[in-house]
Amino acid sequence: MRVVTLKINGQEMSGRDDEDILHVAREHDIEIPTLCQLDGISEWGGCRLCLVEIEGSAKLSAACVTKVSEGMVVNTESERLAGYRKTIVEMLFTEGNHVCSVCVSNNNCELQDMSSDLKIDHISLPYRYPLRTVDASHDLFIFDANRCILCTRCVRVCDEAEGAHTWDIAGRGIQSQLVSDLHQPWGESTSCTSCGKCVEACPTGAIFEKGKAAGEMVKDAKFLVYLAEMKAEKS
Amino acid sequence: MSKIITIDPVTRIEGHSKITIHLDEQGEVEEALFHVTQLRGFEKFAEGRPFHEMPSLMARICGICPVSHLVASAKACDMLMSVRIPPTAVKLRRIINLAQIAQSHALSFFYLSSPDLLLGMDSDPVKRNIVGVARENPELARSGVQLRALGQEIIEILGGKKIHPGWVVPGGVSHALTAENRDHILKKLPEAIEIAERTIVWFSSQLQKFTEEIAVFANFPGLFMSLVGNNGELETYDGRLRLADDQGKVVADIPAEEYKSIVDEAINPHSYLKSPYYKPQGYPAGLYRVGPLARLHLAQTCGTPKADLAMTEFKKLDHKSAFHYHLARLIEILYAFEMIEQLLRDSEILDSHVRAHAAANAHEGFGISEAPRGTLMHHYKIDDNGLIIYADLVIATGHNSLAMNKGITQAAKHYIKNHKLTEGILNRIEAVIRTFDPCLSCSTHAVGQMALDIQLIDAGGTVLDRVVR
Repeated sequence: MRVVTLKINGQEMSGRDDEDILHVAREHDIEIPTLCQLDGISEWGGCRLCLVEIEGSAKLSAACVTKVSEGMVVNTESERLAGYRKTIVEMLFTEGNHVCSVCVSNNNCELQDMSSDLKIDHISLPYRYPLRTVDASHDLFIFDANRCILCTRCVRVCDEAEGAHTWDIAGRGIQSQLVSDLHQPWGESTSCTSCGKCVEACPTGAIFEKGKAAGEMVKDAKFLVYLAEMKAEKS
Repeated sequence: MSKIITIDPVTRIEGHSKITIHLDEQGEVEEALFHVTQLRGFEKFAEGRPFHEMPSLMARICGICPVSHLVASAKACDMLMSVRIPPTAVKLRRIINLAQIAQSHALSFFYLSSPDLLLGMDSDPVKRNIVGVARENPELARSGVQLRALGQEIIEILGGKKIHPGWVVPGGVSHALTAENRDHILKKLPEAIEIAERTIVWFSSQLQKFTEEIAVFANFPGLFMSLVGNNGELETYDGRLRLADDQGKVVADIPAEEYKSIVDEAINPHSYLKSPYYKPQGYPAGLYRVGPLARLHLAQTCGTPKADLAMTEFKKLDHKSAFHYHLARLIEILYAFEMIEQLLRDSEILDSHVRAHAAANAHEGFGISEAPRGTLMHHYKIDDNGLIIYADLVIATGHNSLAMNKGITQAAKHYIKNHKLTEGILNRIEAVIRTFDPCLSCSTHAVGQMALDIQLIDAGGTVLDRVVR
């Protein structure tokens, strides 16, 4: 490990060469939007909201999985990036069935907050209205596929923090879907420990506690950082 | 040759509809039909949703009476959970339901109907609106604004927002009332009660001007239905379901959740609004009316002193006439604010235990309460996991469907003579509908002029007469 110097948005800064752009930027109070990233679990680079421009590279890079390097010049804000980010979030809305007003996570939803931060006041793409089901077979929790954005935070937290690996993604492309165990009802899963970490990790109202009415599901996944640190100390 | 007169849209009501008046070969009115031209579909798309989400989802049916749906839906969910909700939660739900009734009645009487009542059925349609009322009688318009505002404010204080609050949940309410909020509401109630009393006195003095309207505005014998308290008092949240005729003869008095044993719904090709009827008398003879007129007709007392005084006078009126919905509405505003005051002064009202928690313990639930426009019924069935597999809603306005059709036929027959239309005549036919205050959706309300084009067309398509505003 060595310390490198770089520039983000014209600001000189330094970081460790094993750190990614996202974390170095955040350490210096530069906010880059994310949905699939969650402190305490591994990076995935799936949502593509943290795309940034790096001088000398024609393509955009995901800040969460791109390590900083000496002399790197990064730009996190531009008209092009704003356009991409808006379109990504619009596509998330059109790909599922998100009805904020009656959702358990209304006013406590990262997707909703993101659309507000990105000033999305309408959706310019046609809605797909997919036919998706709700799995309420678990005693304590419900998985509503209508609200799932396939960020895989639940998959990673279940695998890395709990060690159960109940969740996974089945299918490809637009057919991709979250499944428990070998695509069986969550309530019949033999690997699920009912720990509830996936509920806290889920950024939307896709996974929530049974019995919650609209707007009542408040999530907090900060404990994951603490768990990760404790595990690292013991290993 | 037969002809049809169409009034489209019907103005100053809540939602989208039209009226057609059918003339026979001799040019006499044969019948008039009230068409609800919008479809909502909530019963269908609720399927598959977790039942705990139902109250908030159902509240979205309407922006005028979301609380009514919240309450009926939450009651149905209580039954699915098989819980007895904490007594304080019942009282708090009662308060928000009463506030809903008060604000909706204020909207109906002052904003939608008072232009006809104050300015006259034949007055200039350009001025026949709430702005015209404000010019002619500023105090009356202000009264309407104040009463509606307080009802909305109480909903906001309790439920967090004026429209579509989420506070009423399966098992009770989501949080307790604070002393500060209770005192804030209590401070505002005396003025509202005084305004309601004053308006009742004023409107009672105007009734003599409307003798003709009282006689032909849906004035016919028939049944009335509403919830009634255990001691025969006015009831808006719980109680038994009662049906009685215009003479007060009770034909049914059953636990409310058994309503399907006596009420069935007919479907008419001319409207998206279903037509419920009293089963033993069949369709369409089993016509009945719901709403403030039915509630005050069936209740022996209001249970609050000032409303009971007004009720004594109201009992002397001919309840067969839908025109008296207006006065019934004003008395219920008075009752609502008086009852809210009583409930807020209850020693347990600040209790923090306001919610019972449970999973689904029954597969079927009924929630029946009184909405501003009448008895509201929600009926759900769920699977083993608590997901909705069936939802059936009997909305207050639906109950009045048969009576509204019969009412406009009666008025059309009385007013339309010699093929001649006047704007005032057609306004009277619309005004019959307004007495029932149908709520057809959560549509917005245009202040002032709405497009209205009435044509009298013969069978060959020739326009015989036309009124445009």
